[in-house]
Amino acid sequence: MNNQDDIILRTENLTKRYGGVHALEEANFTLKKGEHVAIVGDNGAGKSTFVRQITGVEQPTSGDIFFEGKRVEFSSPLEAREAGIESVFQDLALCNDLDVPSNLFLGREELLFKFGPFSILDEKKMMQKAKAVLERTAIKIPNLSNHVGDMSGGQRQCVAISRSASFASKLIIMDEPTAALGVQETTQVENIIRGLKEQGVPLILISHNLRQVFNLVDKIWVFRRGRIVGEVIAAETDGNEIVSMITGMQGGVHEKASYI
Amino acid sequence: MFKRENLPAEASIFAVFVGIAVLFEVLGWAFVGKSFLGNVQRLEIIILQVSIFGIIAVGVTQVIITSGIDLSGGAVLALSAMVAASFAQSVDAFAPIFPQFLGLPIIIPIAVGLAVGAACGWINGAITAYTGIPPFIATLGMLVTARAVAVIYTKGQPVYSLSDSFTAIGSGAWPVLVFFVVAVIFHLILKHTVYGKHTYAIGSNEKAARVAGINVRRHKIMVYTIAGALSGLAGVVMCSRATIAQSGMGTMYELDAISAVVIGGTSLFGGRGRISGTVIGVCILGVITSGFTFLRIDFYYQEIVKGMIIVGAVMLDQRRQAKQRSRA
Ligand SMILES: Nc1ncnc2c1ncn2[C@@H]1O[C@H](COP(=O)(O)OP(=O)(O)OP(=O)(O)O)[C@@H](O)[C@H]1O
Ligand SMILES: [Mg+2]
Repeated sequence: MNNQDDIILRTENLTKRYGGVHALEEANFTLKKGEHVAIVGDNGAGKSTFVRQITGVEQPTSGDIFFEGKRVEFSSPLEAREAGIESVFQDLALCNDLDVPSNLFLGREELLFKFGPFSILDEKKMMQKAKAVLERTAIKIPNLSNHVGDMSGGQRQCVAISRSASFASKLIIMDEPTAALGVQETTQVENIIRGLKEQGVPLILISHNLRQVFNLVDKIWVFRRGRIVGEVIAAETDGNEIVSMITGMQGGVHEKASYI
Repeated sequence: MFKRENLPAEASIFAVFVGIAVLFEVLGWAFVGKSFLGNVQRLEIIILQVSIFGIIAVGVTQVIITSGIDLSGGAVLALSAMVAASFAQSVDAFAPIFPQFLGLPIIIPIAVGLAVGAACGWINGAITAYTGIPPFIATLGMLVTARAVAVIYTKGQPVYSLSDSFTAIGSGAWPVLVFFVVAVIFHLILKHTVYGKHTYAIGSNEKAARVAGINVRRHKIMVYTIAGALSGLAGVVMCSRATIAQSGMGTMYELDAISAVVIGGTSLFGGRGRISGTVIGVCILGVITSGFTFLRIDFYYQEIVKGMIIVGAVMLDQRRQAKQRSRA
């Protein structure tokens, strides 16, 4: 058995219903310290629903969440973040009218002088830190003082990702971080993820790209129709087995499929 | 080389301002045979006139940056002026409102005026933040209510006989100075403080602001309260200058303030705008009003031109927004 101390996140019978829709049914999920896992499943399988329950965006219908061994009930995304869970949501959540440093540090600004809401911002420090963060992640953004809204979709996605990656946190969750990214940008994001692995920061990656999943993670969790239908070590399986689990159909019908 | 995009947004608004002033100068020589700008007294009057609604506009700018709106400025000005004036009557006032409170130190009426304005703003903010009622409706309600309370407060009577020390605040160039100081302070606050950053963030993407941990409700209430307090300040300055408070004061000032904000380049969609732009917008409105009077053009034609300018400014804003959205 796993040593309890090794586990950073565990859910027990986590269930979410939207009226009659059983979006998530009795999910039992575990994540070990330093582990990188993927959640895969077809559209509507309940992946984003699962993420919304553990990040405080929504409250589960029933079931428990344990983070660092303690039972937690996050009533807002802020509480989850304060506990050390950083997330990149499917819709990014950036302020288009602010520049890159302002977005990276939103809600946790560096201050020159503390005076309640009228505290003076340390813009120079935030700019320097932002530069350092983005340099580390090899993201090319010509001018960090441009509004995020004036940047390309890929650059924006990279900003959202480096925001979550740049704050020392205990768990990072990325919901389809490379959807809509070009080849180079996808590579950059994957490099950020590899960097997190080296730093020992655990990660939950949601992705439809199985090749990417196999390249990046230790373990794959498969969701189907709101249920967890499998948990496999990436090195001990192949695309065909995963696809069978996603679809619930057996056999070598996927030989010519292009998603692997 | 010289590129338009590298200039601050204020540069083009300022160019419009200069253009309008020069236009009136030319028209002045052509039709009235006099210089428009060469008259120092006229320039002083322009600046004094615009200072009062300019103070309101500084608050409205912040509200609009959060993608809200405040229609209550003029009415809150009147209510604050009435209440402040009732605490500023001189010892020899005839039939005073509060016979027991005469000849008070001026700090008291000033504080009372600011507090009344802040309370109105707080109500605007709380309704906007805690109910689903849009700010347009909430502050429209305040516009009607505050004006009515201002009438009821003295049963429709104006408040006269304000003490000399109180009327001194509105004399000379004081209103201009108050406007200028308020504008500079809030320009810097918006630019360099956490309050400012969060104001822009909320207007830009409220959901993202919430996810980033900003207490959006509390912040909105703070912004509306500040806007209310500034309307209250405008009321204090106005009744002190007029040496009388009347419930009909500041009628339509909220529209002048909003116009100045929009002309000054602040986006009605939220997330963008600066007090420096608003100050130029205020000056543009002042020059137009004064210029038309100078050319002896009817008041109603002035209003038509003002209306067209506002619609034009909003159209420009929409074009900018559409361009940005198509890129994102
Ligand atoms: N707020 C909601 N109200 C009602 N039903 C919802 C709500 N949110 C999600 N659902 C339903 O729950 C199910 C799971 O949705 P979820 O967003 O978790 O899917 P997903 O696995 O993330 O899919 P995708 O790969 O398309 O992002 C779907 O059937 C969806 O329609
Ligand atoms: Mg999803």
